[in-house]
Amino acid sequence: MKRRDFLKAAAITGLATTFKLTEGMDLMAQKSAKTAIKAGGTDLVAVMGGEPAQMFRKAITELGGMGKYVKKGQKVCVKPNIGWDKTPEMAGNTNPELVAEIVRQCLAAGASEVVVFDHSCDDWRKSYKNSGIEEAAKTAGAKLMPANEVTYYRDITLPKGIKLKTAKVHQAILDSDVWINVPILKNHEGALMTISMKNHMGIVWDRGFFHRNDLQQCIADICTLNKPAVLHVVDAYRVMKTNGPRGRSLSDVANAKAMFVSADIVAVDTAATKFFDQLETMPLESVKHIALAQDHKLGTMDLSKLKVKKIQL
Amino acid sequence: MILKRIRLVFGILSLLLLTFLFIDFAGLLPAGKIPLADIQFVPALLAHSFGIVGALLLLTLLFGRMYCSILCPMGLFQDLTSRFAKIFKKRRKYTFSPEKRWLRYGTLLAVVGTYFAGWSVILSLLEPYSAFGRMVTHLLRPIYMAGNNLLAGVFNHFGNYTFYHTEIFLLGTSSLVVALLTFLIIGYLAWKYGRTFCNTLCPVGTVLGFVSRASMFRFKVHEESCNNCGLCARACKSSCIDSKQETVDNSRCVTCFNCTTVCTKKAIKYEFSWKKSSPSTGSSEANSVASRRRFLTTLGVTFLAAGSHAWAKGMHLGTNKPWTRKSPLSPPGSLSAEHLNTHCTACHLCVTQCPSKILKPSFLEYGVEGMMQPVMDFSHGFCNYDCTLCTEVCPNGALHKLTMDEKHATQMGIVKFIKTNCVVYTDETFCGACSEHCPTQAVSMVPYKGDLTIPQLNTAICVGCGGCEYVCPAKPAKAIYVEGNPVHRKAQQFVDTNKKEVKIDSFGF
Repeated sequence: MKRRDFLKAAAITGLATTFKLTEGMDLMAQKSAKTAIKAGGTDLVAVMGGEPAQMFRKAITELGGMGKYVKKGQKVCVKPNIGWDKTPEMAGNTNPELVAEIVRQCLAAGASEVVVFDHSCDDWRKSYKNSGIEEAAKTAGAKLMPANEVTYYRDITLPKGIKLKTAKVHQAILDSDVWINVPILKNHEGALMTISMKNHMGIVWDRGFFHRNDLQQCIADICTLNKPAVLHVVDAYRVMKTNGPRGRSLSDVANAKAMFVSADIVAVDTAATKFFDQLETMPLESVKHIALAQDHKLGTMDLSKLKVKKIQL
Repeated sequence: MILKRIRLVFGILSLLLLTFLFIDFAGLLPAGKIPLADIQFVPALLAHSFGIVGALLLLTLLFGRMYCSILCPMGLFQDLTSRFAKIFKKRRKYTFSPEKRWLRYGTLLAVVGTYFAGWSVILSLLEPYSAFGRMVTHLLRPIYMAGNNLLAGVFNHFGNYTFYHTEIFLLGTSSLVVALLTFLIIGYLAWKYGRTFCNTLCPVGTVLGFVSRASMFRFKVHEESCNNCGLCARACKSSCIDSKQETVDNSRCVTCFNCTTVCTKKAIKYEFSWKKSSPSTGSSEANSVASRRRFLTTLGVTFLAAGSHAWAKGMHLGTNKPWTRKSPLSPPGSLSAEHLNTHCTACHLCVTQCPSKILKPSFLEYGVEGMMQPVMDFSHGFCNYDCTLCTEVCPNGALHKLTMDEKHATQMGIVKFIKTNCVVYTDETFCGACSEHCPTQAVSMVPYKGDLTIPQLNTAICVGCGGCEYVCPAKPAKAIYVEGNPVHRKAQQFVDTNKKEVKIDSFGF
C-alpha cells in the first residue's frame, strides 16, 4: 500500500466514523423485522430429543424456513451467549454446533454477512475460544466481532424504558439488518433465569447499571429496543440447572436435549422456564422480568393463545 | 568481524524477542515457552536456578561478558541508543576512562546489603533485566497498544477484526516515573558515553566483570603490531581500552568486538589467555566527582519516586460504608507477600502477560521495600479461575508455577461482605452479580425478602479471585471485596450439588 493510499483510507475512515445512525434509520429496520414475523403460521416451536443442529433444522422448517426471517443480501447478526471461559460440556455458553447451524442457514438464505459476538464476563479471548463458538462459527462462514471495548458500542435511547432509558448497544446489532438471539437456558442466581431476555445484557456495555437500578426491570427495558431480534432460539441441549450462570462442575448440568424457537420473546422465555421447572423448581412468577416484559407488550405469557408446535424426535 | 556479526545476530534477536514479550498484550507469543527471561542472571539467581547461574558464570569465565552483549536487554538497549547517537553525531568517539572501582563495588555492596536487610527495591531498581522490563512495560507498551488501536479503528471500519481495540490505562504512577527516569538516565549515559551504566551501577556487570578479569578468552593488545593509533579506544563503548598503555580492562569489556573490527593492524585480538599469567590490567584510580554525583542522583531519584504520591491501599470513601484492604493481594503462586518480596525484582512480565489485567505494580502496599512488585487489583478485571499464566512466565521464582489443581486449591484472599452496601439490602432489587461471577459459589444467593435473594459466604472454598469485587455494582464503595491473605492458604474443594438425574419426557406446558 502506498503512503498516499493509506492516508486516504485513514481519512475516509475518520470521516465515516463521524456519521451516526439516526433513530429513524433504526425504526425502518425494525419495520422490516416485524413484517417478517407476521407471515408465520406457527408461533412457537418446541423440539426435544435430537442433536442441536438437527433440532434447529426441524424447528426452522416448521416456522417456514430461514428465508422468512433473513432476506437476500441482508447483514445478519447472531448473538449467542459466550459469557464464560467454559467448554461446551459445562453448559455455560450456547452450543457451538447450534450457532454454526444458524450461521449456515443464514448464509444459505442469502445473507451478505453474518456477524457473531457477545460481551463476555470472563476474558473475551478465552471465552470465544474455549466455548468452541469462535471456531464453529468461523468455519460456518461467520465473522467474529470483539465486544471488549466501549468503542464497539453506540448510544441508543429506550423511550419505553422504565428504569433503563439509554444504553450503549453493540454496533453489530445496530448495523445489522436483522439479528437472531441464541441464548442458552440456565439458572441464574441473581435474575433467577437467564434465557432470551437476559441474553440481551450481552449486547450492552454497562451491565453494572442494570444491577444497580432494579435488574429485573432493566432486563425487560432493554428488550424494548426498537430493533428486536427476528427470532429467539433457546438452546436447552445442555441445561445448567444449579449454580448458574457460571456453574462449577458437571453436576450442575442436565442433558435435556431440547430447543425452543419463537419470534415472541415473552412466550419463548415462558416456555423455557416451564420446561426448566421440571428439572429444578422455578415458578414462572418468580422470574419477574418475564411478566415485566409482558407489561411492555413485548409478547404473551399465555401460551394457550399461541399456535405452539411440539416435536419429539 | 565474523564474531561481531554473530554477536549482533544473537543480540538483536534477544532484544526483539524480549521487547515483544513485554508489549505483547494480545498473547501472540507463547509466553511461558520462551525462556529468554528465565536465563537472565538475577532472576535465575532468585529463582534458585543454580544451573543457569552456573552456566552464565562459566560462560563469563570462558569467553568474557557475553551475557552483557547478547543476552542482557538493558545492555542491548544501550547499544541501540549509542547507535542512534551515531546518526546524529557522525564522528562520535569514545575515550578511555579509568575504572570507577569504588562506585562499582560500593553499589554492589549496597544492593546486596539492602537486599538482605529486606529492601529488594534497590536491587529491583538497578537489576538490568527488570529495569528494562519496566521501561518497555510502562513506556513502549502503551505506544504499541495505541498503534494497535489506530489500526483496529481502520481495519474494523472495513469489517476486518484481525485487530481489536484494547484498553490502555495507567498501571502505576510510581513505576511509570521510575521507568521514565531509568530510560532518561541510562539512555543519556548510553547516548553520551556508551556502556557507562554496565560498568558503574549495574550489579550484574560488576559480578560478571569480576569473573571476566580472568576469562579464558579475552582481548589483548599486541605491542609488536600496535601503532597506538587509538582507533580501538575510540570504538570501545565500555571505554576500557587504553591505547597509550596498550592495555584492555577486561573486567569492563562487554565483548562487543568493535575493537577487533576497527583495528587495521590486527594488533588487538580476542584470544586464549590462560597460557601464561598476564599482568593485571586497568587502572583503579580516580573516583571522579562527576560519577559520585551521578550515583547520588540515582539514589535520590529513588526516594523522590517513593514520595511522589501517597495513597494506594484500595481505600474507598463515600456515602455508603467505606472499607480498606488491610493486606495486599499478592498474585497466585507467590505463596506469601514475604516470599514475593524476597524473590521479585519487579520486571513486570507478569503484569504485561495477565490476560485479565489485574496485576499492577504496587506502590506502598508491600511497604517501600517491596515497591513496584505486582499486586492484584480488581478494578479492570478479576483473576481467571482457569488461568496460571503469570506463574508460568515469572523468571524469578517469585511466582511458583502452579498446576490447575494447585491454583484451584490456592486461597489468595478471603471474601468479605458488607450487607448494608448491597443493592439487595439498600434498594430491595435483584442483583446477584457477585455470585454470578464466583467460580466456587463461595458467594451464593440465598432467600431474602419475598423472591429476592442475597449473598451468603462460604469463605472456606473462596479462592480470592475477586470476581465478586470486580463486578459488584454498589457505589461508591462496593458491598463485597477480597481481603488479602498475607500467607496464601489452602482453599477447600467445594462439594458438588447432588446430581439427581431427572427424566423428562414432556415440555412442561
